[in-house]
Amino acid sequence: MPGLEDLYREIILDHYRSPRNRGELPVPPATKAEGFNPLCGDEVVLYLDIDPDSETVRDVKIDGQGCSISQASTSMMSSAVKGKPVDEARKLIRAFKALMSIHESKLEGESDGSDLTAELEGVRLGDLEALQGVVKFPVRIKCATLAWNTLQQGLDERESVDA
Amino acid sequence: MTDVLDVSRVKADFPIFERKVNGKPLVYLDSASSSQKPRSVLDAMEHHHRHHYANVHRGIYTIAEESTAAYEGARAKVAKLLNARATGEIVFTKNITEAMNLVAYSWARKNLGPGDPVVITEMEHHANVVPWHILVEERGVELRWIPITDDFQLDLTDLDRLLDGAKLLSVTAMSNVLGTLNDVRLLSDAAHAAGALVNVDAAQAVPHLPVDVQAWDADFVGFTGHKMLGPTGLGGLWARAELLDAMPPFLGGGEMITDVRFDGFEPNEVPWKFEAGTMPFVEASGLAAAIDYLSALGMDAVRAHEKQLTEYTLRALEERFEDRLHIHGPRDVDQRGGAISFLFDRIHAHDVAQVLDEDGVCVRASHHCAKPLMRVLGVPATTRASLYVYNDESDADALVESLAKAEKFFAV
Repeated sequence: MPGLEDLYREIILDHYRSPRNRGELPVPPATKAEGFNPLCGDEVVLYLDIDPDSETVRDVKIDGQGCSISQASTSMMSSAVKGKPVDEARKLIRAFKALMSIHESKLEGESDGSDLTAELEGVRLGDLEALQGVVKFPVRIKCATLAWNTLQQGLDERESVDA
Repeated sequence: MTDVLDVSRVKADFPIFERKVNGKPLVYLDSASSSQKPRSVLDAMEHHHRHHYANVHRGIYTIAEESTAAYEGARAKVAKLLNARATGEIVFTKNITEAMNLVAYSWARKNLGPGDPVVITEMEHHANVVPWHILVEERGVELRWIPITDDFQLDLTDLDRLLDGAKLLSVTAMSNVLGTLNDVRLLSDAAHAAGALVNVDAAQAVPHLPVDVQAWDADFVGFTGHKMLGPTGLGGLWARAELLDAMPPFLGGGEMITDVRFDGFEPNEVPWKFEAGTMPFVEASGLAAAIDYLSALGMDAVRAHEKQLTEYTLRALEERFEDRLHIHGPRDVDQRGGAISFLFDRIHAHDVAQVLDEDGVCVRASHHCAKPLMRVLGVPATTRASLYVYNDESDADALVESLAKAEKFFAV
């Protein structure tokens, strides 16, 4: 039986108590995305300021409320993608979901995910790996992935507007 | 203090308490969500399966007649428990959600049209909200809400205005979040005076208090079996016979007809008109055993025990956590049942429940299917401990100790 210390690692509690990048950004130029976890009422509001020339995440601000896992994951996500090129942020999303044992593109008859492994080679999750313990608590996986799904939604919406 | 129930004996009747969780005794405080089952309920269902399993109302052989007798016997026990005027006033459904939908789909679709007001309250479970939202979209009925006061009671200041012209008042007898007990008789009288019928969500009331549908003077009362020591998959609706007679069928299929032709059908008599297809009759034997179990304890004793234990638990929470823990519900145990919702200032409901689980303490952390109420309370979720016949002071003590651990763990 996994213990609480597997779930609530010190770095997670640190992000929960002192969340990074709290606030709002003017929309536009920033993109706003909202994510909800209907199970527990957790809410993530994400503001993304992306430099169109370099396709880089210039600034990130987050708002909302939720449990320690969802709020820490959101804070860690914001630190991880700030200053990163958009395609790298997308790679981080896939790497984080893989960490949570979620392999979305794997359909019947497809490969065993070795393509994903190759693609994600060299992606460094750093502090985010502290969230790996969440996998042992299946009901909390949604708390950890909420921020990342919201990020994906924000990036997709921006691209569909640009297109 | 001496308990009106001998809880150690009650607990011994529930096999699940023989197990441990994380090496600790199971402290089950989530009965408002679903209750545990005594051995007699499990045995009754096994006996039905082993000795007279056959479909009801169809076979003319011995075991089919025995099976049918058991099913109709369960209906009679429900009727007696609720003090219905007749056994035929009890319609079995899948759960109370289906019972509420039966009222909405059958009675309301026949009787309500654009602009007809339906009055509900801010403390309703989604099962008594969403069926009416669907009718708002589909039929253009008007949904009105009775607000709640700062002390977690219905605010009846504007009741007359809210009921003016109303066709239906649909209200919970006991809030699954706040524990608040509503004065159903007072509300019934006011609704009837305004010409409205009264539908009662008694999911939390029937398992925990003596319920008398005639004393309530209600028109419809829904309940569910799995919260009152019975199995999942079986609940029901009590309604006045003349209402059931006039209501069109809800689900069509086998058993709910007397004749089917190429050009139509004749519905069966009440209550079978509303029981299409093979019903969970084995579960009905389980529910009958659950009612026998509760009746042997006595519903007055069940209520007295829970009142006493709720007082003990509230006091223990107050003494240990003072104003750091907010209890969302009335303080006076005469005005409430044993569903206790609470929240620490800076700790999310989920995180609290996670720490409690490590100690084998089972509580619910969510919006409790009452999101409109969560909006009124201004919180995304609460943690809820709910008490029943197998809980005693040791469970309340375990809750408090585990909460102290959670508070320490998440201390800023």
